Amino acid sequence: MERKLRVLVAKLGLDAHDRGAKVVARAYRDAGFEVIYTGIYQRPEQVAEAAIQEDVDVLAVSSLAGAHATLVPQLVEILKAQGVDDLLVLAGGVIPEEDIPTLKAAGVAEVFGPGADLDEIIRFTRENVKRV
Amino acid sequence: MDITTLLERFKNGDRRALARAITWVENGTPEAAELVRATFPDTGRAHVIGITGPPGAGKSTLVDRVAARFRKLGKSVGIVAVDPTSPFSGGAILGDRIRMQRTLADPGVFMRSLASRGHLGGISIATGDVVSLLDAFGFDVIIVETVGAGQSEVEIMGLAHTTCVVLIPGMGDDVQAIKAGILEIGDVFGVNKADRDGADRTVMEIEMMLDLGHMGEGGINRWPADAGAGAGAGGPQPGAAAMQRLDRAGHHSAEEAAGTADSPRSASAHAAERHGTANPGDISWRPPVTKTVAKDDQGVEALVERMNEHLQFLRETGRWEQLKHRDAAAKLRELITARVVRIMMERAGSAGDLERLTNAVADRSTDPYSAVDEVLRKHLGR
Repeated sequence: MERKLRVLVAKLGLDAHDRGAKVVARAYRDAGFEVIYTGIYQRPEQVAEAAIQEDVDVLAVSSLAGAHATLVPQLVEILKAQGVDDLLVLAGGVIPEEDIPTLKAAGVAEVFGPGADLDEIIRFTRENVKRV
Repeated sequence: MDITTLLERFKNGDRRALARAITWVENGTPEAAELVRATFPDTGRAHVIGITGPPGAGKSTLVDRVAARFRKLGKSVGIVAVDPTSPFSGGAILGDRIRMQRTLADPGVFMRSLASRGHLGGISIATGDVVSLLDAFGFDVIIVETVGAGQSEVEIMGLAHTTCVVLIPGMGDDVQAIKAGILEIGDVFGVNKADRDGADRTVMEIEMMLDLGHMGEGGINRWPADAGAGAGAGGPQPGAAAMQRLDRAGHHSAEEAAGTADSPRSASAHAAERHGTANPGDISWRPPVTKTVAKDDQGVEALVERMNEHLQFLRETGRWEQLKHRDAAAKLRELITARVVRIMMERAGSAGDLERLTNAVADRSTDPYSAVDEVLRKHLGR
């Protein structure tokens, strides 16, 4: 049997715009993923701990309030400090072009902006999951 | 991570190792059996509490507050929350963490979301093994939240020591409708959202139903003196706390229960009742009903007190040992069933019998019962 992939969909910081996150969560569900959604207003520490406890394959961070360049690298750092090295980290939402290199340098595998194709997100996720 | 490293880290209290172990057990990987084997000697200590009830009753919020209360009492808490898997995609949205933000920041709490993965009893197949891992990891209390339950999702009672059924006001006749199912499995009851109209009425309806069931033979009291492994009759004598409860045991009027949200102490007046002799096996547990408003943290202290009293009751009457025996029997049965089925399907499959007989049944040249007889005769020698 194919292993169930688990994905944590997270919202960081003071960002209440979660419709996009919910749409993505639903798309993952419909593609057969088990999706953990933690709700809004999460600190990087909380998201990291949730990712660890839930032992997810994928961490999908949604940001529409502009704090991504600070909070996402923080989150990745916390995970690294805990020894988590087999997690696929994705970012999505309203993220300016010029911030993308920063996020990728921090360890984000891909960034999906407004209008991103849900099927493309699913395909990219499946192909880039690090754990076997 | 290989299994030796994982087990070493697990025993050193590494939460990542625990999380990975749960994944292996949930996925039934080849290492899963070895994990359970290696950690089994450390199990059997935690108080396992099941929280069940209809969707929207506030189970997750209540679990959050109940866990916080146990933390205040100095207990470490493991939480397992089960949500349904989509029957179409096989995916799931596991949203129980949303309502558990208060306790999840606490390092003394570990929470894991599980998808039901097609299992219909209110929990997933692997839930028992996941609880076993949390137990071995050393959590004092393990709370298992079921999927939103209707009438027949009663499997939690086979896993939990203390089953808490959570209901809400305004269910009206539904309370009547479900009394043959989920209401039978509660060791403690919570009427949540008790700030809503009709809470007292709901409490009264449950109380009346419980009293009716309590009067009959067996009924609600599903642990009569002669049930189980016989640890009851020969088990330990009831201790001081149980005796104290017996002294205070009395009528469980609706007025008394209705006051529980405001004055938790009044609820402790009833926990156990006495029937006939002083034989510990004859002491039965009359499930208490507690009003709660989980979002405002009301009544939670009293509810946790009832849970602890139930644990004390189990221990002092020998039922704790009976439950261990029951769990062992159920687990063996489950594993034997699973393995025998797998072996038979493999044998019948590889011999081509499965396909041949499937076709034969489909085109009506044989019937399913004769087909199964043939498979068992050929591959089991009977």
